[in-house]
Amino acid sequence: MPRKKATRKSDSGDGDAQRSARPFWSGTLTFGLVSVPVDLYPGNRTNRTQLRMLGPKGEPLSRRYYSQKTERDLDNDQMVRGYEIDKDKYVIITDEELERLAPEKSRDIDLRSFVELKEIPPLYFDRSYFLAPSEGSEKAYKLLSETMEKEKLAGVATFVMRGKEYLVAIFPENGIMRAETMRFADELRSPKEIGLPEKKKVPAASVKKFENIIARHSDKRLSLSELKDEKAEKLLKLVEKKRKQSKNIVEVEEPEREETKVVDLMEVLKKSLAGKRKAA
Amino acid sequence: MAARAIWKGELKLNSTKVPVKLYSAVQDQTVRFHVLEEKSKTRVKQHMVETDSGKEVPAEEIQKGFEVEPGTFVILEEEDLESLEPEASREIEIEQFVPTAQIAPEYYDRPYYLGPDGDQNAYFALAEALSKQEKEGVAHWVMRKQPYVGALRAEDDYLVLVTLRPAAEVLSARDLPRPAGRAPDKKELSMARQLVDLLKGDFEPKDFKDEYRARVMEFIEKKAKGHAPKLHLVKTKRKAASLDKVLTKSIEALKKQKRAA
Repeated sequence: MPRKKATRKSDSGDGDAQRSARPFWSGTLTFGLVSVPVDLYPGNRTNRTQLRMLGPKGEPLSRRYYSQKTERDLDNDQMVRGYEIDKDKYVIITDEELERLAPEKSRDIDLRSFVELKEIPPLYFDRSYFLAPSEGSEKAYKLLSETMEKEKLAGVATFVMRGKEYLVAIFPENGIMRAETMRFADELRSPKEIGLPEKKKVPAASVKKFENIIARHSDKRLSLSELKDEKAEKLLKLVEKKRKQSKNIVEVEEPEREETKVVDLMEVLKKSLAGKRKAA
Repeated sequence: MAARAIWKGELKLNSTKVPVKLYSAVQDQTVRFHVLEEKSKTRVKQHMVETDSGKEVPAEEIQKGFEVEPGTFVILEEEDLESLEPEASREIEIEQFVPTAQIAPEYYDRPYYLGPDGDQNAYFALAEALSKQEKEGVAHWVMRKQPYVGALRAEDDYLVLVTLRPAAEVLSARDLPRPAGRAPDKKELSMARQLVDLLKGDFEPKDFKDEYRARVMEFIEKKAKGHAPKLHLVKTKRKAASLDKVLTKSIEALKKQKRAA
């Protein structure tokens, strides 16, 4: 059944943070009574080998929402956010409500405690961001980062960003603050909750055997060349091969897409750290 | 309730094998919403359409393509995609060990607990050996048609496998310039140091609660019963004062707090 055409929505982009030169979030880093206005930028690049969905003639397609009832496409203002309290029964929550529910200090990353970075178990680490000084906060920013870098400390805090509260570890590297979001304690299972068996005493000889293997195969550091994306590399090779053979190539008239220019995240960050963000 | 294993495999260190089961260590607590059609309050569905005409394209006509330059795509057929899949295997190969805390936090991605699958002796012996040596193993394996690199660690008495991000997806601070601006002076540095020292402690993740999640859930419950409280917009103020003054004040306040405690 053909569906009625909906008003055009600009959803051909994937809303990726990398497509924007503006900061992902802005707020204030505080320690004691010192406040440091900062801008937050993503610290990860998305996989460069994401494939596009194309039509039979190779034309890029768009993803749309449609109604189950009328089968018509829906615009943003025809949709709401609902929490399912019972089967097919929802409580509608608006953007405004979510915004107003944010705790008072949600724009602050209040560093209430400082810990040694190496004390944080890696299980907690989730996503990485960079914090750049803003609104002339370079001096206080440098003061904090130099103080922490000397002692290899991380500041721990929570803050609210885009409708979600995050636990975060802030630590400097090369004078730049990284904000690593972490899982809350109740978001990690314990071995007991999983149902793993209690530790039992093992013969010292078994431990020694493994210790020997470990010692024999130890290196000082992990080479980043180990962290390859094999699948992505294979895909790029295959694409190159097909391109050389002129196989399966389609050229389409570039449809008008808003903000298709993928901004180089590194360039944005560099500008921001040099205090020249206005140019971006 | 005990969790179900999501995968079974075998750690392989040299010729020694340790059979393990893999469990997700994460239980996401994010409040999940559904997108609804406002009018009918029913869940919406998604489909792919021609960008200009809005005409639906059925799933069997959709192709996947890699954009080599704007407007030029290389189509990847089903068999192409299959050829990219790594060979299936149950082996988690560990060929290298590095000191713990050597891998930077930004590389760690998803954590899994490993549990013994049969031989408990080897399992707990390996965990103990890793922890004694303060090392973690670099693991390579294939799970659900996806190749992974990960870190094999001991967490308390148990083995944990954390997937690591490809280096190409991580921006390095080393490639960025140090922030501009004047360097702080000695007096400021020594005060900041004092302040940070007063706030230094152990990592206590249980001290941090997702307050926002709790508020949202409470509000949903009230709204479901038909009495949603009125919400007000909170404005955040920003205060400006000299760094010197603020540092001194902060240190005094914290010292007072500590004395009182």
